[in-house]
Parts: sequence; C-alpha cells; structure tokens
Amino acid sequence: MKKIPRSSLIFYGGALVFFIVVQLLISFGLLNAFWNTILRLGAVMAIVSLGLNLIYGFNGQFSLGQWAFYAIGAYCAADITYRWANLGSAGGLMVVLMIVLFTGAAILFLRTQLSKIRRLDALSAFSIYLLTTLILGYVALQIGKALDAPVAAALKALPPAVALQVVFFFAVILAGMLAAEISFLFGLPILTLGSDYFGIATLGLTIITKVLLDNSDTLLGFAEMKGARGMIGIPKITTWFWVFLFLIITIVVTRNLLNSSYGRAILSVREDEIAAKAMGIDVANYKILTFVIGSFFAGLAGGLYAHINGFLHPDTFNFIKSFDPMIVIVFGGLGSVTGTIAGAFAWALVLEGFLRLFLPEGFETWRFVVYPLLLLIMMLLKPSGIFGGYEIPFIRAVLPPNQPKRAEDLRSEDAIQSQEAGL
Amino acid sequence: MSAANQPTPKAAETAAPENTLEIRKLSKVFGGLRAVNNMEFSIPKGALFGLIGPNGAGKTTVFNMITGVYEPTSGDVIFNGTNITGLEPHLINQMGIARTFQNIRLFQSLSVLDNVRIAYHPHAGYSMSDSIFHNHKYEVKEKELTERAVEFLSVFNLQDRLRETAKNLPYGEQRRLEIARALAANPSLLLLDEPAAGMNPNESVALMDLIHFIRERFNLTILLIEHQMRVVMGICETIAVMDFGERIALGTPQEIQNDQRVIEAYLGPGSAALSEKFKRKKN
Repeated sequence: MKKIPRSSLIFYGGALVFFIVVQLLISFGLLNAFWNTILRLGAVMAIVSLGLNLIYGFNGQFSLGQWAFYAIGAYCAADITYRWANLGSAGGLMVVLMIVLFTGAAILFLRTQLSKIRRLDALSAFSIYLLTTLILGYVALQIGKALDAPVAAALKALPPAVALQVVFFFAVILAGMLAAEISFLFGLPILTLGSDYFGIATLGLTIITKVLLDNSDTLLGFAEMKGARGMIGIPKITTWFWVFLFLIITIVVTRNLLNSSYGRAILSVREDEIAAKAMGIDVANYKILTFVIGSFFAGLAGGLYAHINGFLHPDTFNFIKSFDPMIVIVFGGLGSVTGTIAGAFAWALVLEGFLRLFLPEGFETWRFVVYPLLLLIMMLLKPSGIFGGYEIPFIRAVLPPNQPKRAEDLRSEDAIQSQEAGL
Repeated sequence: MSAANQPTPKAAETAAPENTLEIRKLSKVFGGLRAVNNMEFSIPKGALFGLIGPNGAGKTTVFNMITGVYEPTSGDVIFNGTNITGLEPHLINQMGIARTFQNIRLFQSLSVLDNVRIAYHPHAGYSMSDSIFHNHKYEVKEKELTERAVEFLSVFNLQDRLRETAKNLPYGEQRRLEIARALAANPSLLLLDEPAAGMNPNESVALMDLIHFIRERFNLTILLIEHQMRVVMGICETIAVMDFGERIALGTPQEIQNDQRVIEAYLGPGSAALSEKFKRKKN
C-alpha cells in the first residue's frame, strides 16, 4: 500500500475537524439558524463557483449561464422531493432518472458516431442531438411514469426519514446530471462562438430560464412550481453534513481533474486555442466537456440550495444574481480553487451575514453599493484576486524539481566537434 | 476520447511513399483574393525544405492549409501517402505533423514542463475517469509521462527551467521550448514558421545548429519558412520561392540565388538586369 501524501492528510484531517466543529456548534445550539443558513449558503455558493471557475477560470470561456443551470438544478431537485414528500409519488424521481439515463446514453453513443464524420458543422450536430433527445425523452417519460408505483411501494418499505434522505440524495445527483445534459445541448452550437459572444449567449439562457420559471405553472405545466408566486412545500433537508459532503467531493473531483492530462488539456484551451489545436488537443471537445462538468456542479448546488429554505422563487434566479458566482471567482482569484472556496464563504459571511446584521434597519440595500466598491478596490489593488494563482498544497500540482543544467549546451558540442575536425 | 476521434483518411491513389509531404495544386481563396494559387511541391523523406518569398506571398497560408487551420479551396495535401486535406488540426497533429508559429505561441502562464506534457496528451494512456479517481493506472502513467517530459526537456537543455512559467523565459529559450513542444508530439514532419524571427546573428547560428541537431536526433523531415537568407541558404537543401500565391522557383540554394524571377520578386522589376550588370562588373 502506498503512502498517502502529507498534503492529503492535512486536507482531509482539516476538513474533518472543520466539519465536526461546525456540526457540534449546530448541535449544541451555539450557532443560530441564521448563521447555520449562511454557512450552508456559502458552501453551496462554493460549489457553483467552482463549476464556473472551471469554465471561466480554467477553460477561459466567459459564461453567465451558470445561474441558469443552478436554477434548473434547484427546480428539478425540488420537484422530485416535493412529489415524494407531499404526494407520496416517486414519479418525479423515476421520470428524471429515465430521462437522464436515456438521453445520456444517446448523447454518448451519438458522440462516438458523429465524431467519425469529417468537419460536421455544429448546427447539424445540434439538430441531430436535439431530435434524438426529444424522442428518447418522450419515451423515457412514459417508462418513468410506469415505474412510479412499484418504486414508490419499495421506498415506502423503508422508514420514512430514510426514504426521504434517499430520494433527496438521488434528486440532487439527478439535478446535476439534468443540468449537465441541458448544458451539453445548449453548449454545442454556442461554444463555437468566440468568448465574448459566448458570454452574451449564456446570458440569454439565464434570462430564458428565469422567464420560463416565472411561468412554470402555465407554460411548462408544473402546477406545483406555482410560477412567479414561488414554490413552497419543499422539505428542508439540506443539512450541514450534506452540503459539506458535496463540497468536498466537488473540490476533490476538480483537483483530480485539473492535476491530470485532461486538466492540462483544459488549461491549454484557455492559454492558446490555436496552439492547443496544433498540439493535438481537440479544443471543441474540451470546451464542451468543461462546460458540462461546470454545469453539473451548478445543478448539484441548485439541488442543495432548494432544500435549505424550502422555498424557491424565480427572482432568486434573476440574471443580476448570475453575477454573484462571477464576483466570487474574480474576487477569490480566477483559476484558483482555494480562492474560489474562500471567496464563496467570504461572500456568504460578509454580504449575506455581517452586512445584513450590522447595517442599520432599511440599509440592507447598501450591500449592493458596498460590494461593487470592494470589487473595484480589489481590481485596482490586486487584479488577480485575493489568492491569485495560489493553491493550498493539496490542490497544487506536484512538479519535479529543476535539474542542473549541463555544462556545455548544444551549440558548444557542435563547436567542439568542428574544432576537432579542423585540427 | 482519443478512441472517438479516429481519423478516417482516404488513401491517395498514387503517392510515392518516399515523399513525406506532397502538395498538389493547392489553392486558397479568401473572398476575391487568391492567397495561394496552384501551389505544388513535394518533400522527400528526411529533407530540409525551405519556403521563402516576400511578405504576403502566402507562405503561412500554405502552412495553415497543411496543418488544417484552413481548409484548402482546392488541391490535395498528401502526407506519407495519406490524403489529409481538410482534416481537423488536432487530427493532423496526431498523424505526425507538428508546427511552430511565427509569433511564439506557448501556453504562456503554464510551466515549461506542462507545455511539453500537453503535447503528450493524445497519448496520455489513461481515461478521464482514471484521472478523476486518481487510481493506480493514473499514478503510473502520469509518473511515466512526467519522467518522459523531463528527459525530453533535458535534450533541449531546458531541464533547469522545468518549473518556470513559460512567459518568463528569455526569447531564445522560448523558441527552443516551442520547438521542443512541437517535437514532443513525436512528429515525422516538422513545420517551422520563421524560427529565426527577431534573433540576433549569434542566436540564429545557434538555431541553425539546433535544427541540424533535431533533424538527426529525431529522424525528421523539416519544412521551414524563413526571412533571414543566411539561415535559409545555410541549411536548406531545396528551396521553393513563392510570390503572390504562386510558386516562382524551385531548386537548390545556388539555383535560387541566381534565379531572375526570384531576384525581381524581392527587389522589384528590372532588378535582375541590374544584378547581372553588378556581377559582371565585379568579375
């Protein structure tokens, strides 16, 4: 068995201690409900921002669509647990599960097949994917509905509290996967755009999502989402344990991905697309891959967020709010995992916590004057963010040490040879 | 990922296998501009081939068509007997054509080591799920890959700069790193786009040595665009001259230096006669 590196021990140990301390504070009532919520919000924000940092900070694609996938994840997970908790139906769970599995398999299959076609343009590929997904989605819907009753019966055999946790866990994962698949379909045509245009297109997605959610009861036909009145009755089951678990998983996955050949391929796209192509990197592929992974995290975070307050309102997913994760990663440091986590918790603690508490009554709105100002000062003093490119040893890639230079270089080798030949 | 991207080249009917690269009637039209017109040349295996011409003659466009950045309007690019016309750049690279750029394009804020390791990516040998779980296969392959990169960099005497950020290297070393990165992909044909641009005479001499060295060490065929005549005439065996998108001459450095059309392309109409007169006077 190989030795576990010291940095990993420190990281996991530190994380465990942090978790236990906060958990004890909560259990003994030393941390009131307000701060408890703030901490959970911070962790959720850290997950969304890590996803965005992957897309913008590491892959270099300026995206304002992160919030849309967050919204999709939130509403998807909320709907699944709502149906289970209030109607005793596993329909939501089974339908989303089937859709995710069917379309996911179809996308993977099409991806291998379509890559054999030379220079297939993005829009044709997009139409093929969209048609296939729609047809399979419909089939999956019917199968999911049929599976509702037997699965619900099986889940009811479990103790109710456990069953709810199981449904919740799968709801969060499925929310992430649904967001990831939608991001794939959406990203396919628009990732061919240049970075700025991509940003605008993703902003469009955020606005579309908000409008659809405003009319979710009429346009989309989900009566329980209640459109612009806000969705209520979602079980409040996102505990500190769950957010912390998902945050650690997100950090470890991000770090493992970045410190691999695939991570370096993702970075090379940010550094220089043309050079990356010339070095054999399939740039289009890595752009979409990063976008999908980032959106997966957003969906996951959305699923967790939905179960914090037990209440969702489309205004939470307003496009103005979509700048929040952007601010977090710029503040923490673009391309720094450590900075993103610190930034997310700082955002929650300062903006949602302290300022809300300490600013006098009626002055909450000043928060939105204070933090743009903070950001402005930040940009002037340290444009690379608080952490810049710094990473804690656990996340940082291990590079071998520099080797000593050879005494003679290539040039002098040749020179010596030609001298000898001359003699 | 790599399995999904198998290139599907159609075999060329009559490609002489001893030619590493063959360009047949290659043309590129941008709107109304014929940037390259019926370009033809072939490079035998192991040759050092120069492509020269005045600014705007279309040399880099030819490069971009060979490497897949542009799709040719018409004509064929045959590489080792395979037609690679219109393939995507990353597939062309994986088939064994690597290039450097006129204005150095390193992965600026990455380390020197990572610049080389990225070139190894298509042959990383582990899947993405291996990397997410950091399993045994990942550990082994990653270690192997890193060791290979360190060893490779020491061939170019950059092993003392492994951890340095690429943009912090001095200009000459950046050029060297770019060539090293291109070679890390294990190509059989290397395209160098003005490698001596911005170099002083000493640095260009070092560069010429480097080019000779890598050709032998890595068993390469090299296609070179260059403006510094000292470099081109000094190392190339065959030279093609382009002007206004067309090939105006092809031959050894000696032949090219005495070619009337080449002299006129560089110095303007009538200059060939002048240079004749100048030569006679000197004799």
